Amino acid sequence: MDVEAAKLIGAGLATISLAGAGIGIGNIFAQYIAGSMRNPGASKQVFGNVLLGFALTEAVALYALVMAFLIMFS
Amino acid sequence: MTEKHSPLDQFTIQRIFEMKIGNIDISLTNSSLMMIAVLLILNVFLIYATKKKSVVPGRLQSIAEMSYEMIYNTTQSNLGNDGKRLFPLVYTLFMFILLCNMLGLIPYSFTVTSHIIITFALAFGVFLLATILGFVLHGHKYLRLFLPKGVPIFLIPILVPIEIVSYISRPISLAVRLAANMMAGHTIIKVFASFVVVLGIWGIAPLLFIVVLYVLETLIAFLQAYVFAVLTCLYISDSFHPEH
Repeated sequence: MDVEAAKLIGAGLATISLAGAGIGIGNIFAQYIAGSMRNPGASKQVFGNVLLGFALTEAVALYALVMAFLIMFS
Repeated sequence: MTEKHSPLDQFTIQRIFEMKIGNIDISLTNSSLMMIAVLLILNVFLIYATKKKSVVPGRLQSIAEMSYEMIYNTTQSNLGNDGKRLFPLVYTLFMFILLCNMLGLIPYSFTVTSHIIITFALAFGVFLLATILGFVLHGHKYLRLFLPKGVPIFLIPILVPIEIVSYISRPISLAVRLAANMMAGHTIIKVFASFVVVLGIWGIAPLLFIVVLYVLETLIAFLQAYVFAVLTCLYISDSFHPEH
């Protein structure tokens, strides 16, 4: 198998880990919606934490993307 | 035939104006030109917007005051009274990263923060500040950061190395988060742009999607700058109070 083919396969395999990140991000917003339906007054207060949690979880997805790029382009 | 283009070509650094001191290359590149532009825009905007210090602010002064207030509330809520000492650093970091991200969205410009060396310089600076501040303020007791309260004795050999690794990984994650977000966003837009060219008349569909992607990219630009600022506050609040 030559290097180009192996690189493409490696990059494809590296993106499997994005499934976990997708579940995590959905979890954050699901909990936010459920929580703000129970306590609508607090929803504005907690939205800042929602954005922080989203960005931190998205970061893990992007680490996987960086690995895929590294495998593919070097 | 034309040479092979890749969507990552937009991140190459090109020299605009060659300058050398001895062996050191200090040319003006597209990256440093964008940083100078960010500097000029920030300074001119902030100085001009707050010139008439009217009690009821006009539009421009409102924008400056809103950004000030947002970062001020963040530092106050994370750091308490020490937030006042930290506020200039966090505000500078936030405005610099925000404007660098935003200016990269203009077509044909260059995103400064998409290079890991630049974001790592910023993140490592914050890490050094947090560590040195912790040791200056608390001496060797700063190492209590790695040992949360109420841990059973037999868990200590497992927990402390994990905490140390997670502490060391803070600047790395801070840097990679910002650089990867910027790079991924721009790469996706470039890839969809190549679809527009290939599809001819049906290229209208990827074009509309690119418009949506630009909205997402604007949101991400703002969010990543805010997350960098918040995490800076959190890491430095850890060095003020090492016992969680």
